Amino acid sequence: MSGADAFLKELLANPLSAWMRGRGAATDVALSSRIRLARNVEGLPFPHRMNEDQVQHLLDMARQLEAPLSSAVGEVHFIDLSGASPLERQVLVEKHMISPLHAGKARPAMLARRDASVIILVNEEDHFRIQVLLSGFDLDSLWELAGQVDDVIESRVDYAYQEKYGYLTACPTNVGTGLRASVMLHIPALVMTANARGIFDAVSKVGIVVRGLYGEGSEGLGNMFQVSNQVSTGRAEAEIVANLKGVTARIIEEERRAREQLATTRKAELEDMAWRALGVLTHARRLSSEEAMKLLSQVRLGVDMDILKVVDPEVLNELLVMSRPANLQRLAGRTLTPEQRDEVRAQLVRERLRPSIR
Amino acid sequence: MLCQECGKRPATVHYSQIINGHQTELHLCADCAKDKGYGVWSMEPTFYLNQLLAGLLHQEPMQLGTGLRCDLCGLGYDEFARTGKLGCGRCYSAFGDRLEPLIRRIQGSSVHAGKVPRRTGGRLRLKRELQSLKRQLQEHVAREEFERAAELRDQIRALEERLKEGKAR
Repeated sequence: MSGADAFLKELLANPLSAWMRGRGAATDVALSSRIRLARNVEGLPFPHRMNEDQVQHLLDMARQLEAPLSSAVGEVHFIDLSGASPLERQVLVEKHMISPLHAGKARPAMLARRDASVIILVNEEDHFRIQVLLSGFDLDSLWELAGQVDDVIESRVDYAYQEKYGYLTACPTNVGTGLRASVMLHIPALVMTANARGIFDAVSKVGIVVRGLYGEGSEGLGNMFQVSNQVSTGRAEAEIVANLKGVTARIIEEERRAREQLATTRKAELEDMAWRALGVLTHARRLSSEEAMKLLSQVRLGVDMDILKVVDPEVLNELLVMSRPANLQRLAGRTLTPEQRDEVRAQLVRERLRPSIR
Repeated sequence: MLCQECGKRPATVHYSQIINGHQTELHLCADCAKDKGYGVWSMEPTFYLNQLLAGLLHQEPMQLGTGLRCDLCGLGYDEFARTGKLGCGRCYSAFGDRLEPLIRRIQGSSVHAGKVPRRTGGRLRLKRELQSLKRQLQEHVAREEFERAAELRDQIRALEERLKEGKAR
């Protein structure tokens, strides 16, 4: 097994990426923060129009970045994902390391740091998609880290860049800074008090969009939402990041207020909900993905509101990812029917959650 | 409390409405609330940006069939209008006049105000630095700090020389 293969196996097997550690600011509401930069190589067609030679050229170029990136931000490996099975690719999607688009490509590749907090997707919609992610609400350190990675690549690669338009991207919705910053929020109280939608409408007026945990189409799954900037040009990066930061801080505040309100007006109902969810999760024999997400959200709310002082919050983050279909099948080591999946999921949740109860 | 609608599941969505001072309250379970369109929502069906883009482009049939083509990657403007994706960096120049209004419409602006790459953007970096130095020079002159102003003037001259010689590619 080559070094890169072993490294990929490790990434696949590691239950906790850096973004799931539950450390950092405002972890009672903010799960993780992410910044991505879209970058392309001057003179090379964008990925959807590259021929095989050009793809090879891009991958070779990316491989050369392994050493300079490692010396700048710590051990980074180049991984050609062509050989990764569909299941392995899906595991990476569920761990938020690669995008569904990337998983479906013929020759996807990436440069990744061991803790998965720095990942550069190679040959996605753009030649390079630099993404950095950490747990909690911390856009400032992320912006610094993304800039560092960007500078290293730029010292070796001629970027497609124009004075007027900025960084050129395959889709004009990313042109300019190529920047998309996002924060993943758990906002059950805003959903329960029916305030979430009003807030989403309001933030959309200041250039902020809200999506579900796994992007478009997954809205509201486990009360998780991704808040990000909509516009990528016309403003400096620092301004875009500051705007998102300000809006996110407000949403976090609103969620905390809604929790306080619930704690005074609907305390018994909340306590019942949290304990009931924990009861089902620790005893059920079959759990669908949706039900698991819903109950984990209720337990998480219970933990964050000091109702369930007994549960280790890190386990909840781990289960959020490990109970997804591809991760379950990797764990089981075989393909599972949906019914089998629900059984294996219930077993995994029981086994991980029970010992975490102090 | 049980849901007022189905009477089976616990009510988790509480909705109160005040019209002309008259208050009505609804206590529903998540499923019934969703059916009735209260509180717990179901968002619009999945909506892809590329399709939206293509839709915007198709609003302007005059712009189709112009035969515009990128000389580097060979992408035709018509195809871009269909997919919403450009073929290479050069397309931005090739389709410039038609692309710019589109970018303005979706982004609110088409002018980059952010980071400049150190190497490829060398000249631009120098130009921006020059602008910044000139601004500082004026400030120091206004404050009658002539010693600092003289230093800045020398720096500006040196920069202008470098730009003229095109040393910074």
